[in-house]
Amino acid sequence: MVECIGGIAALTQVSFPDLRLRVENLCCRRGGRLIFEGVNLSLANGEALALTGRNGAGKSSLIAMLCGRLRPDGGSIAIEGADEAELIELSHLVGHRDGLKTALTARENLAFAQDVLGHPALSPEAALDAVGLAHAAALPVGYLSAGQRRRVALARLLVSQRPFWLLDEPMSALDAASQAMLTGLMRGHLGAGGAILAATHGPLGLDQAREVRIGS
Amino acid sequence: MSRAFLAVLRRDLALAARAGGGGELALVFFLTIVVLVPFALGPDLNLLSRIGPAILWLGALLAVLIGLDRLFQADEEDGSLDLMRASTLPLEAAVLAKGLAHWLTTGLPLALASPLLGLLVALPGEAVLPLFATLLVGTPALSFIGATGAALAASLRRGGLIVPVLVAPLTIPVLIFGVSAANAALGGTVPFRTPFLILAGLSLAAVVVGTLAAAAALRSAE
Repeated sequence: MVECIGGIAALTQVSFPDLRLRVENLCCRRGGRLIFEGVNLSLANGEALALTGRNGAGKSSLIAMLCGRLRPDGGSIAIEGADEAELIELSHLVGHRDGLKTALTARENLAFAQDVLGHPALSPEAALDAVGLAHAAALPVGYLSAGQRRRVALARLLVSQRPFWLLDEPMSALDAASQAMLTGLMRGHLGAGGAILAATHGPLGLDQAREVRIGS
Repeated sequence: MSRAFLAVLRRDLALAARAGGGGELALVFFLTIVVLVPFALGPDLNLLSRIGPAILWLGALLAVLIGLDRLFQADEEDGSLDLMRASTLPLEAAVLAKGLAHWLTTGLPLALASPLLGLLVALPGEAVLPLFATLLVGTPALSFIGATGAALAASLRRGGLIVPVLVAPLTIPVLIFGVSAANAALGGTVPFRTPFLILAGLSLAAVVVGTLAAAAALRSAE
């Protein structure tokens, strides 16, 4: 965790505009089957939400809806405080798919993410250092293990500055030390005034995280 | 914004150079078709040189089509398409960058290889340059018409042959004007300029329409 302190210090320098994500009465159907309905949640700067529920309850579908990948079958998703911006343009998404190209090195993958997402924060090298993978910067991602790839994907959160972090089971494939590292990164983001929504089965390690349970 | 555009372009070029696949495979496939046809036709050199432009155009068309299914599918599978959706760069611009990279790594090498492969089909000397020009100008249309089909099939796990089947009928005008421009250079009543300009027009239209259509298809994936 010592190595991530520098990264967090850099992150706390910035401040985000006052934003609030408001989801009202959201409904989701897949293949004609009702997955969830009447989901309400609200997320503002400095807040964390842990989205829980059994397998198949619709956690990933909810995140897909927030990203605009899935169309809601009812209800509304709105952002207060941002004019005309879509949530996805204000968010980092780290989901089941890492969004990495196996033929490119970890550094190249992060440089690409930084260019595409904009609002540059840490350099790719510094972000890799923060997730404890400084030594793997020049390695093609294909040579990394599942847990290491997940950490490279998480380093994306640091290369570009975005107020919302949407994480889909971020702890999966991570060992205990890396889980603690991620908790540290999330604390840093909350401290800097960011917001986190994480679908999870295990604890996030954040005291202030509210729990929203979907599905019965 | 231009930074993000260049990042997508650079990344796809780097992937093509490093992971191989697409471009080189298309070139070898092109060579294979052009080599096979003379064996099937038999030793009639006049016939071969008369249909030479058609063989080269068909070979190039099929070579572009076979690699198309991975254009967006690979990005959809590993999640990097989500990254592009999250970008402030409009999806259309990302599609344009990817289509451009596809042409640079597939269509352009095919056009550059055509003078050499022209030898295999006894292409007359005066037709070599016009054929090269038609492939250079016509292959962008194939990349961008193909991008639309590839975007439609992006979320299909086993897309495979569906993309060539979808795209091939839409490429008929390009094939007609490409071959007729190349043939016009060999003589006949039609000047080279007329079909060539139509081919150029088709390419320009395909770049615009294909980009918009592919982005729309990617947006409404689910």
